Amino acid sequence: MNKIPEVNYLNADRGIKSWLFTLDHKRIGLLYLFSIMAAFLLGGVFAILIRLELLGPGKDIMEARTYNQIFTLHGAVMIFLFIIPSIPASLGNFILPQMIGAKDVAFPRLNLLSWWIYMFGAIFAVISMSAGSVDTGWTFYTPYSTTTSTSVVAMTLGIFILGFSSIFTGLNFIVTIHKMRAPGQTWFRLPLFVWGLYATAIIQVLATPVLGITVLLLILERVAGIGIFDPAMGGDPVLFQHFFWFYSHPAVYIMILPGMGIISELISTFSQKKIFGYKAIAFSSLAIAFISFLVWGHHMFVSGQSQLASAIFSFLTFLVGIPSGIKIFNWLATLYKGKIRFDTPMLYAFSFLFLFTIGGLTGMFLGTLATDVHLHDTYFVVAHFHFVMVGGTVMAFFGGLHYWWPKFWGRMYNEIWAKISIAFTFVGFNITFLSQFLLGAKGMPRRYYSYLEQFQSLHGFSSFGSWIMAVGFIIMAIYLIYAVFKGPPAGDNPWGALTFEWRTTSPPPKENFKETPTLTHGPYDYDKIIPKRTI
Amino acid sequence: MSGHSTHENRHVVSFKTYLATGTALLILTAATVGVSFIKLGGWNAIAAVGIACLKAILVAFVFMHLLYDKKIFLVIFSVAIIFLTIFLALTMFDILSRGEIYPDYEEPIEKNAVIYKKAEPAPTGEPVEDSTPKNH
Amino acid sequence: MTSGNSSGHRAHLAHHFSESSQQSESARMGMWIFILTEVLLFGGLFVAYTVYRSANPEMFYNAHKHLDIHLGTLNTIVLITSSLTMALAIRSIQLNDRKKSIKLLATTFALAAVFLIVKYFEYSHKFHLGQLPGKFYTYTGIEGSNPHIFFSVYFMMTGLHGIHVIAGMIAISWVMRITIQGRLSSEYYTPMELTGLYWHLVDMIWIFLFPLLYLIG
Ligand SMILES: [Cu+2]
Repeated sequence: MNKIPEVNYLNADRGIKSWLFTLDHKRIGLLYLFSIMAAFLLGGVFAILIRLELLGPGKDIMEARTYNQIFTLHGAVMIFLFIIPSIPASLGNFILPQMIGAKDVAFPRLNLLSWWIYMFGAIFAVISMSAGSVDTGWTFYTPYSTTTSTSVVAMTLGIFILGFSSIFTGLNFIVTIHKMRAPGQTWFRLPLFVWGLYATAIIQVLATPVLGITVLLLILERVAGIGIFDPAMGGDPVLFQHFFWFYSHPAVYIMILPGMGIISELISTFSQKKIFGYKAIAFSSLAIAFISFLVWGHHMFVSGQSQLASAIFSFLTFLVGIPSGIKIFNWLATLYKGKIRFDTPMLYAFSFLFLFTIGGLTGMFLGTLATDVHLHDTYFVVAHFHFVMVGGTVMAFFGGLHYWWPKFWGRMYNEIWAKISIAFTFVGFNITFLSQFLLGAKGMPRRYYSYLEQFQSLHGFSSFGSWIMAVGFIIMAIYLIYAVFKGPPAGDNPWGALTFEWRTTSPPPKENFKETPTLTHGPYDYDKIIPKRTI
Repeated sequence: MSGHSTHENRHVVSFKTYLATGTALLILTAATVGVSFIKLGGWNAIAAVGIACLKAILVAFVFMHLLYDKKIFLVIFSVAIIFLTIFLALTMFDILSRGEIYPDYEEPIEKNAVIYKKAEPAPTGEPVEDSTPKNH
Repeated sequence: MTSGNSSGHRAHLAHHFSESSQQSESARMGMWIFILTEVLLFGGLFVAYTVYRSANPEMFYNAHKHLDIHLGTLNTIVLITSSLTMALAIRSIQLNDRKKSIKLLATTFALAAVFLIVKYFEYSHKFHLGQLPGKFYTYTGIEGSNPHIFFSVYFMMTGLHGIHVIAGMIAISWVMRITIQGRLSSEYYTPMELTGLYWHLVDMIWIFLFPLLYLIG
């Protein structure tokens, strides 16, 4: 029978202060986890409201202006408060030091500061909601964002602050991976999740400052009228789009790269097979990080960009397909002849493979000049990025959450309820967003609170799917929280995995390992050792 | 304490090197001011930025110890410069070619296309119905 | 952890590091990554500068004449000298000459203050003439389209740089304080080294701002 270790990081120190001012990366990871789940809930409520309004043409539950505010909040909350920090700051924070055999991240106080800054930025974002919240869309395009009467300044100031939290996490991770590895933990023995986080961190430190200066200029434009983005004053509103997308396209990979890292872990563990093409997967993460900085012009195909520039950006966009494809095929090759086990995390990995592939390929449609002119700003775009963000990142995030949940708490969740939950989520997701591909291809533009009668059935279908998805998430919340208190002890290595974090207890002691561990095998050497599962 | 390395065997740069670097920076400052008064057309900007780069390299390599410290720091600094260059180059590439938008569009390719027959109503099978959304 | 007593040569070593070289290298690496983010932060302004200068070359030329080249050159000399004294302060602490190090830090701080005072006179002159950014621009003596754009760019770039100078002064005075308290020595001088790196970055950015704003030929 498994036992929970008597002294672990959860009960080593007591009291609320020991949590709010903790320097332990595991506790900071959990603080982040609670915060981003609150943001996910908030963003999810906005999503349900959007789908309710779109249940029928015309006004259903809100005015057009309210609708504009709601979809803006949905986008801004989900992106800046949930998905950007989601995997790196919560799961990454908890697992990364353990994976490389370190006691903590390189700068624990910076890590705590990062969370505090996150909370501080989130407060600004929430304040902006109470005082006439933004209606510009999460992209804050000028000139509308400089003229609307809503609280653009509070929201963008919040985003400016949140940027620092993202930068500090990235900075911390890069130094941690370079400097804190345990003896024997060489670069090519790093788990692929670590490689994913490394590539992510590089994007975070390179791109986020540009977001900072972008929103700073936007704030100055509104407050001091500097005229940089105002065509009436000789400014260039499209320059804002250049600035914004120099951050926000790479930011898409801040969201997906750590997810891809998780998938590599899950697929190898649950196939009990050495990962196929380790180096190819590792380097394809870096390749994606690099190429992501060259493609932002694909958001401006119809913004008066010259044909030559568009053609070049289109070509560069297609290059992203190569490293992404490398990953997908390596995962499939890993599955081939593996001893596949259908535990819940693996089901999330399969969902990821299926949905992300669709999301990625439809991205190619949008990167193609001619089809983009037709599909630009339609529901096709909405469906595409939800397939990547929800079908990709969120599926990977929940896969990782289920995978490491027993490591976090030492207790196991109910497998049957978990499978019911993912069935709801997966089916609901596809109903919601596959129909939006059809809507977009038929010409339904995005960001409208009303639509033509002919789109009624597909919109209704989509709204119906959103409820199924919500049921799936609610079930998940219940059994996961239940498991924290009442779940059966999971043991140190419930999945029989080889990476470092499973060699310590569940939950781990305060400094992760009783003594500094030495690594004697690679993270996926299932051809040499198959550890026993503890459940 | 030995004169030229600390307990971590960190290199201590000599006083002379620092002073020479400082002097070189001041001379280059004089040079860049001087050059700006000579009419060189487009070369003025290039000279100004070129001298500034030279000065920045001196500061980074000597004052900031890039020359003597771990090579990874040089890599980090270079990455910053490379990505800034990408940002600048690709943005300027669009900005400078903005004028040449769709030259084909000046002349319609198919002059008999429906959209150019403004006077006549569109002869399509689609029912032309009231397309405004109905309010509930 | 790093604060407190200076006795015992491992006093500054945080619990999660195994050697002090690992700790100091991590700190420097973190600082270099921070410098990278600063380069890209200012990078946005450099891009904006390039875009608007290429769009209004004449106006930029006419407007730049209203900047005082003497004060600009003076400030460049001041900052370069302060960078030199900063580098020498670190050299002194490496050689365990604490007193000299403190003197050099004080010089650096004073030079930074001189820079800001000069900047203050430049700014107040422009405020007086109405050479202000964007919609506050009231000056009429500059030919060319949209001269307020030049001053928007000028004030944003020098303003952001000025904020960095102030942050640098705060950092320098803090390092001076802990040096006086005897917490830094040739064994452990990471805070001074990081402050130095930051201060050189501030200098480096000014090295670009000066010719781009004051010396448009
Ligand atoms: Cu993009």
